[in-house]
Amino acid sequence: MSESNNFLEYEETKEVEKEEKFYLASQSQLIWWKFKRHKLAMISFPLLIFLYILAIFADFFAPYNPETRFPAYLNVPPTRIHFFSREVGFRRPFIYNLKRELNPNSFQFIFIEDHMKKYPIRFFVKGESYKFLGFFTSNIHLFGTEEVPIFLFGTDKLGRDLFSRTIYGARISLSIGLVGVFLSFILGVILGGISGYFGGTVDEIIQRTIDFLISIPGIPLWMALSASLPRDWSVVRTYFAITIILSLVGWCGLARVVRGKLLSLREEDFVMAARLAGASEWRIITRHLLPSFASHLIVSITLSIPSMILGETALSFLGLGMRPPAISWGVLLQEAQEVIVVAQRPWQLMPAFFVIITVLLFNFLGDGLRDAVDPYAR
Amino acid sequence: MLYYIIRRIIIIIPLLFILSIVSFVIIQLPPGSFLETYVSTLKLSGTEVSDAEIARLIKLYDLDKPLYVQYFTWIKNIVFHGDFGRSFQWNRPVSQLIGDRIGLTMLISILTILFTWIIAIPIGIYSALHQYSIFDYLFTFLGFIGLALPSFLVALIVVWGAFSTFGISVTGLFSAKFINAPWSWAKIIDMLKHIWVPMVIIGISGTAGLIRTMRANLLDELRKQYVITARAKGLPEKCLIFKYPVRIAVNPLVSTMGWMLPGVVGGEVIVSIVLNIPTTGPLLYSALQSQDMYLAGSFIMILSTLTVIGTLISDILLAWLDPRVRYGGVEK
Repeated sequence: MSESNNFLEYEETKEVEKEEKFYLASQSQLIWWKFKRHKLAMISFPLLIFLYILAIFADFFAPYNPETRFPAYLNVPPTRIHFFSREVGFRRPFIYNLKRELNPNSFQFIFIEDHMKKYPIRFFVKGESYKFLGFFTSNIHLFGTEEVPIFLFGTDKLGRDLFSRTIYGARISLSIGLVGVFLSFILGVILGGISGYFGGTVDEIIQRTIDFLISIPGIPLWMALSASLPRDWSVVRTYFAITIILSLVGWCGLARVVRGKLLSLREEDFVMAARLAGASEWRIITRHLLPSFASHLIVSITLSIPSMILGETALSFLGLGMRPPAISWGVLLQEAQEVIVVAQRPWQLMPAFFVIITVLLFNFLGDGLRDAVDPYAR
Repeated sequence: MLYYIIRRIIIIIPLLFILSIVSFVIIQLPPGSFLETYVSTLKLSGTEVSDAEIARLIKLYDLDKPLYVQYFTWIKNIVFHGDFGRSFQWNRPVSQLIGDRIGLTMLISILTILFTWIIAIPIGIYSALHQYSIFDYLFTFLGFIGLALPSFLVALIVVWGAFSTFGISVTGLFSAKFINAPWSWAKIIDMLKHIWVPMVIIGISGTAGLIRTMRANLLDELRKQYVITARAKGLPEKCLIFKYPVRIAVNPLVSTMGWMLPGVVGGEVIVSIVLNIPTTGPLLYSALQSQDMYLAGSFIMILSTLTVIGTLISDILLAWLDPRVRYGGVEK
């Protein structure tokens, strides 16, 4: 009897301790606990980081330079990687060379594997040299093969490795989301801040501008604006122009969040308390207001990255955004515009897969963050 | 109510004014004037343009006057003569080219929104009532994927899938024999057989978003005290849920129609390019590629205007449905 009583007491103290821990925890601690409970967001975050690392160190991860052509391997399907051979059983991954043959029925060239010789896949191989992050020259690639090239995603009509191109394309596609959101963020915070802080006529004008921008269909407007960019602009210039075009509409959502939060927080008790305690306006804004909506800002930012990425992809896909020689996922998909192409070479859709995964991951992350920034809600 | 409607209509007027300025700026964006491009295009195709014709065009659009005069002439022609300028690519007045296409775009957009509601509302209700059930998780997950899928890619994959597995083409909006036929019942029925493909594709992301909103709204309502009261009084569960919380939870959806419309119209434009549907998309696309700016600018202006009007209608509808909105509006 006494034993079970002891046990109950123990349980109770544990409960109390847990509750105390909850009440004593700092805001960031609470957010972290809540965030940890969102499994998908917990998985998404490292995966996104991995994608960005892939993009930053594209030279190292891609086996070939994105412009290198393999004239003997045009429109090659993805290379099959073998782990098993009849003679030795399981062994380290290897590939076979491809033979080009004419299909007597369709009169098209098809590639079949030449089982004469095995070519093992090696890691940290020496290949084409590149300038590592623009600092020093290197020629080490994460993986590769000798003699026979390996194409994880196949090749395009010019015989360029689609895997390498996809990884290089991630540089533009992934960064345009960040840069675009950064621009929207600056515009949104400044204009939303002005709107919420000053109120009155300024507020009215900015709100009407936002209403206006939200009520017009974005894609046709983006198409028109980017179509009027001169064709002879350099890649970098086009890149920034497209980013600006995309963030012209993107800032509205952020401005609304900032304004709404500023308006509601101004009325909160803790702001009043701070004011009564004699805190200066500056201290109230930086120590009390900013931290309490910074987390909401991060959520809005995370959730607006996908629309930027999709916008760039859509524009480039139509040939109105980035143009070759620039490489982005949208540019790569341009080749898949025609049904016939997709029917014959479905691997050209691989970049689309990356687009979808990235957008999905950002949405999961944003969802988890949104739950987490309100740690007091159930 | 009337006061509310009038107030909303007055707000729209400056909006339309800014819209026309934006469209005019887009027309002026490409280097070189409209006339130079027009003349050089005609010369390329072997037609000489007489000086009298050039003089006539200059006079018609006031091309020799400063920009703001050109703008007012442009607006005047639109409002009083329905003349949106000339498409040099087609060598026809813009108004002749866009009539049918705008109508079809709007038809598809509205059908898409209806489709979205029909699918999303029941699923949203189910998910909220069975929170954290297997189907709730399934729908949430599908919803996420739906949000992540860009519509033009779905269109591409659908076209490819239909082509490679069934050998049929799902592009276009009419069967071959109806393409140039005048409107008739047979043509309308033929169109309805094709229209669901773009409708479903454009609707995917909207449906996904709407399910989430509906679920969240209803969950909020279900936690309120009047639900507990009604339950305590012994109201049958079905009657209780559909009579009160669902009705309130649907209200915000009507207001999201105004938000959805721009996205749906934009989606329609890009999907119709991939599916080659004779709506605004392909024509706007080709106009932009050849920098046929009067055509492109007019498209953007009309599409935006219709979207703005659609938003207005949804706002009025909401005020009619939910008295709180119209009184809130009056107090303001």
